[in-house]
Amino acid sequence: MSTTIIRNGHVIDPANKRDEVGDVYIEDGKIVASRSEIRNPNSEIEEIDASGLIVTPGLIDMHVHLREPGFGHKETIESGARAAAAGGFTTIVCMPNTSPVADDPSTIAWIKSRAATAACVNVLPAGAISKDLAGEELAPIGSLVQAGIVAITDDGHCIQNHELMRRAVEYARMVEVPVLDHCQDYNFVGNGVVNEGYWSTLLGLPGWPAVGEEAIVMRNILLAELCDHHIHCQHVTTAKSVRLLREARRRGVKISGEVCPHHIALTDEAIQNFDTNYKMNPPLRAQTDVDALLEGISDGTLSVLASDHAPHADFEKEVEFDAAPFGIIGLETALGLFLDLLVHKHRKIDIVRLIKMCTVEPAKLLKLEAGTLSVGASADVTLLNPDLEWTVQIDKFESGSRNSPFDGWKLKGRAVRTIVGGKTVWELD
Amino acid sequence: MRIVESTTTSLSGNAQAAMRWNRKDLLGLRELSVDEINFILETADAFKQVGTREIKKVPALRGKTLVNFFVEPSTRTRTSFELAAFRLSADVINISATASSLKKGETLKDTARNLEALHADILVLRHSSAGAPQFLANRLEASVINAGDGAHEHPTQALLDLYTIREKRGKIAGLHVAIIGDILFSRVARSNIFGLVKLGACVTLVGPSTLVPREFEKLGVQISHKIDNVLPSADVVNLLRVQHERQRKEYFPGTGEYTRFFGLTKERAKLLKPDCLIMHPGPINRGVEIDSEVADGLQSVILDQVTNGLAVRMAVLYLCGGIANT
Repeated sequence: MSTTIIRNGHVIDPANKRDEVGDVYIEDGKIVASRSEIRNPNSEIEEIDASGLIVTPGLIDMHVHLREPGFGHKETIESGARAAAAGGFTTIVCMPNTSPVADDPSTIAWIKSRAATAACVNVLPAGAISKDLAGEELAPIGSLVQAGIVAITDDGHCIQNHELMRRAVEYARMVEVPVLDHCQDYNFVGNGVVNEGYWSTLLGLPGWPAVGEEAIVMRNILLAELCDHHIHCQHVTTAKSVRLLREARRRGVKISGEVCPHHIALTDEAIQNFDTNYKMNPPLRAQTDVDALLEGISDGTLSVLASDHAPHADFEKEVEFDAAPFGIIGLETALGLFLDLLVHKHRKIDIVRLIKMCTVEPAKLLKLEAGTLSVGASADVTLLNPDLEWTVQIDKFESGSRNSPFDGWKLKGRAVRTIVGGKTVWELD
Repeated sequence: MRIVESTTTSLSGNAQAAMRWNRKDLLGLRELSVDEINFILETADAFKQVGTREIKKVPALRGKTLVNFFVEPSTRTRTSFELAAFRLSADVINISATASSLKKGETLKDTARNLEALHADILVLRHSSAGAPQFLANRLEASVINAGDGAHEHPTQALLDLYTIREKRGKIAGLHVAIIGDILFSRVARSNIFGLVKLGACVTLVGPSTLVPREFEKLGVQISHKIDNVLPSADVVNLLRVQHERQRKEYFPGTGEYTRFFGLTKERAKLLKPDCLIMHPGPINRGVEIDSEVADGLQSVILDQVTNGLAVRMAVLYLCGGIANT
């Protein structure tokens, strides 16, 4: 029996509409209502002084690449989970583009068993939509659901065959699993590596045009309507994608979108020195796109914040720009960037909305029990200091990789303590 | 340095040279100042004269090792650099992509560091990836000279184009230069645009809308899709090689239609001012972007470009190699 009391924090628990200074009680890894509800008052009580801090349900990052099985030199489930904890996340959803691809129940079982022994946060696997992410035939989606996936996606790839995608969404509706989609039309995008625009023109780098994303966002809106099932557009980046999503959501279409920190922190101007830490998919866009994303966050069109944490080894990234793999790590900088940019700098949302976008919104989408401080819920809690000024130091990261463009950035706000199942798994030095 | 001074009156000594040139690498024209571009052109004047002597060699880079590292096929640019290096008395080795260990999975960085471990002083890099020369320049002590990187820059080609225009017309500022053809995929076009705009020329890009996107207007140039409207006022036309065989099939319907709309045919050439220069970076597709007679005509300076390329590359190797020494 263990008991913890988090005292005098500013508790923000959107699921229960709680927003007040108060205490949070934890017994045996679960949230309990009050001191009087603690069944064993004689057990040793750990008291955490949270005065001056915000106490929130443990944050959820629904877009993470953990690289295991297959690419442990980039990240392991263990190191990725530690990075999540250091970033304030208690639940992460790992993408299926591993080796082997997570398109088979045995791979899902392996990930879950590895996570159970090695991960300090909750690791929830997403399964593939198509076998081997090849976009040609359906993965055994029902069996994957039975094995414990929380979503299906071909992330990193995108099913080009609209008929196959239609059947996948119909099938997903039957087995009640949400569909996440990386929106990229291969014909439009071709060998594009950076946003098609001024900088691609200047630098002669192959362009990845906005329409390559928008065409698939449009496709997904049509399929969500046709199949009456939810489709979530991952890492939305363009102004027209935001407009399409806004219009469709107003009509009640089951469609949503998420935003990654780099797509609001940076524009494609950052690529001018061919630094591959600014190469990600979808690419950094123009300022007008960044402005539209901020508006989409502000008016609720974009409902989820996620990192798209994508670790790569130095030797893989330190190559010619068009030969480098896409992606940057984000678990340890995402919350800091979101707080700094959305709450402090641009004042687009308040901290309550930010917490919602990292808790109840992804929890609702994925039908998770996480993201709440309800009585009886697993005691996953994040303590934030929204005003703490800190400097990003990649050499201090828990992640197995270092491919971040944010080294040296000064940010305001971060997690200071991460509690999973009642146990502190990470604390700021 | 002494050797070159004896060949020219335009250089007055080490101090002045150091003031006007302090780069170990030549990566592109976008990063160069007007003064730096002019200094290269002036230095090339001195070296051009060397080529007319009976003994066409100076010991400026004697004892230096130059590596022509071509990770994309090229004959004329590689040959020009090789000859330029010979005339500066450098030792030269050529490595091409098929012969190099890149095919065996070694990274570009490792291959280049191996070359540097063999005390290569100057690396001339041709690469299909935009930014590859900058990538190496940031990581090597040796000079890196960009001999063409993807669709990004081809600085020595643009410098030899500028040199040729200046030589034939006595100036660059105020001239109207039409660059015609596949602009989108052309590193020659980009480097020319950067150089010409800096030196005060008025540039019009001409070609199919798919290969000359409007985004280029932000680089300070005009765009036209009607060649007949542009030719009468042009002082220089620079025709780019049009390729349809590889990945260009989505961009225009074919060479026949290209020639009909954008080829410099005999008839169209009559629209040109008599003193308009006709340039082409080569290799020419006779009958596609330019009629054979026009390519060989009196207004054509295509072979002068090749000759001047040697002088310009000697100047670049000399200037950058000199910085790497110090």
